[in-house]
Amino acid sequence: MVGLLIMEELNNLFQGFAVALTLPNIGFMFIGIFLGVLIGVLPGLGGANGVAILLPLTFGMSPTSAIIMLSCIYWGALFGGAITSILFNIPGEPWSVATTFDGYPMAQKGKAAKALTAAFTSSFVGALVAVLMVTFLAPVVAKFALNFGPPEFFAVQLLTFASFIGMSKESPVKTLMAMMLGFALAAVGLDSVTGTLRMTYGQESLLKGFDFLVAVIGLFGIGEILLTMEEGLAFKGHKGRISLKDVVDTWKELPKYWATSLRACLIGCWMGITPGGATPASFMSYGTAKRISKHPEEFGKGAIEGVIAPETAAHAAGTSALLPMLTLGIPGSPTAAVLLGGLLIWGLQPGPLLFTEQKDFVWGLIASMYLGNIVGLIVVLTTVPWWAAILRIPFSIIAPVIVVICAVGAYTVHNSLQDVVLMLIFGLMGYAFKKLKYPMAPLVLALVLGDMAETSFRQSMLISKGSLGIFVITPLAGTITCLAIVMLLWPLLGHMKKLSRG
Amino acid sequence: MKSGSHLQMRWIELLVAACFVAVSLLVITDSIRVGNAWGSDGPEPGYFPFYIGCLLMGGAAWVILQTLLAWKHDDGKEVFAEEHEFNLMLLMLMPTSVFVAAIFVLGIYLASLIFVAAFMAWQGKYSYFKSITVGAGISAALFLLFEIWFLLPLPKGFIETWLGY
Repeated sequence: MVGLLIMEELNNLFQGFAVALTLPNIGFMFIGIFLGVLIGVLPGLGGANGVAILLPLTFGMSPTSAIIMLSCIYWGALFGGAITSILFNIPGEPWSVATTFDGYPMAQKGKAAKALTAAFTSSFVGALVAVLMVTFLAPVVAKFALNFGPPEFFAVQLLTFASFIGMSKESPVKTLMAMMLGFALAAVGLDSVTGTLRMTYGQESLLKGFDFLVAVIGLFGIGEILLTMEEGLAFKGHKGRISLKDVVDTWKELPKYWATSLRACLIGCWMGITPGGATPASFMSYGTAKRISKHPEEFGKGAIEGVIAPETAAHAAGTSALLPMLTLGIPGSPTAAVLLGGLLIWGLQPGPLLFTEQKDFVWGLIASMYLGNIVGLIVVLTTVPWWAAILRIPFSIIAPVIVVICAVGAYTVHNSLQDVVLMLIFGLMGYAFKKLKYPMAPLVLALVLGDMAETSFRQSMLISKGSLGIFVITPLAGTITCLAIVMLLWPLLGHMKKLSRG
Repeated sequence: MKSGSHLQMRWIELLVAACFVAVSLLVITDSIRVGNAWGSDGPEPGYFPFYIGCLLMGGAAWVILQTLLAWKHDDGKEVFAEEHEFNLMLLMLMPTSVFVAAIFVLGIYLASLIFVAAFMAWQGKYSYFKSITVGAGISAALFLLFEIWFLLPLPKGFIETWLGY
């Protein structure tokens, strides 16, 4: 039975390869990887807002080609973040902050090529493990989720939000506030169930509500540029050139660290499926590696495990974040949320039905995850010096160009100039939030999922004639709801432990 | 708000929390207007937003309380931004705001050209020739990519109309 299932999945996967391996799709894959690495290297452009800006350009493409290109941008951005971390001590992406701890010291000791090879290879390994998991787990989850009704969906959404509050490394109150702000912004405009106008205060432009793509471009793009400007960056970096000998030597050494790598994969996959995302995964993995290591004092001074652990986990989390997005329609990270937005725009309904109704799309995407990461690994290993050269372009040129790109991106979402103004406001908000340690990912996900969660809640209420019991009565919904409550109370449990001890 | 040469974290913390309170008030008033009760067929349209607003306000109150409680202890030592850092940030924010306003009048192509060129000349001390060349290059690339290749029209001003677009 299990063997039969695996055969079926492999069969589907081969069909997916047939879709992904057509000439135009391979072309889009390369374009995506190049754009992605570029986005990952540049400050102010990252996976989430980079994909958001490029999304309108894909409206005319077939959904399969579009998602292949956009997801490759995501892989590219994941690879690219490591380059700036190691060579310049500047994390190009939030998830590569942990990579700077040991990657930059390695570069200072003249081992830049080794650090880069280790980072790229571990990213690749992390992604590969996560894709394997997606390949075999996603169809099972999707089949299981076919039985889901509105109460179950709401319970899963509740779990998503609860685990954000429970797992966040920022203060739970600020996480809650950021999330509620996202919900409030999502509620603005026409209420889909009753047709009432909410919180528009007579402003016609608010009728359609706030688009999260604009919020993503502002929060992550403009906000990041303002922060970078404040640091008054002068990019002073190390030379990066990787010879074949460096690669072979590092690869010979890497199998020694299989245990670190395996732990990082597990952490990454877990954090990706539950909506922790790549950034917390990389920190958690770094912390675990340091704690378990026999020589923790070397961490921070250029230990190769300090590069392997966060990179593997970040890539594994980034990849597995697509699993809940595809199977349940619930994104595990801001970038996955943007891809989800893309799916809706191309007219595809994410969720369990995707696996039966849009086989070519799903399996083409999964096959492209394998291919995209192989292409990505080859591209970054061979082209590091170019990307390092891009970072030597002075900030006074790069900054205004990125602002222009963000403005164009925000405009093209709805062809609306008001969105450009909104982008600026979100940018200022992103700057303040970052400094005051309000997390931004819950805001974005609440903005995306707010309407969905409310709709599934109200539909459940229609089924149960207004009784909340529907969320606990059926075993499935009940279990998920309980899990959500545990997650929500997690920080309190920690407090209780401290109190009882001291 | 300033002491010595930096912006204090505690003041900005209060300012942002106050903005949260303002937003929560907007949310709560409107949810009461559309009805925040539990109707016969489940929640009315304002039911969720009402509690969202309450949670927002509660969170903001908590942050304000925490900040005030730590007021004496903190004594303004925690830094939001050094003054020169904040000024650098403004040097980016102000031109960006002008650029966004200029898009409304000049269209995105001309505004981008001027913005990139002016920023380069002013902040990067590049020659006018170099700055304008880069600015024009960016605008031209945008034009080719959006108007010609992807057929997505971007906002235009009088220059483009005059040129026949």
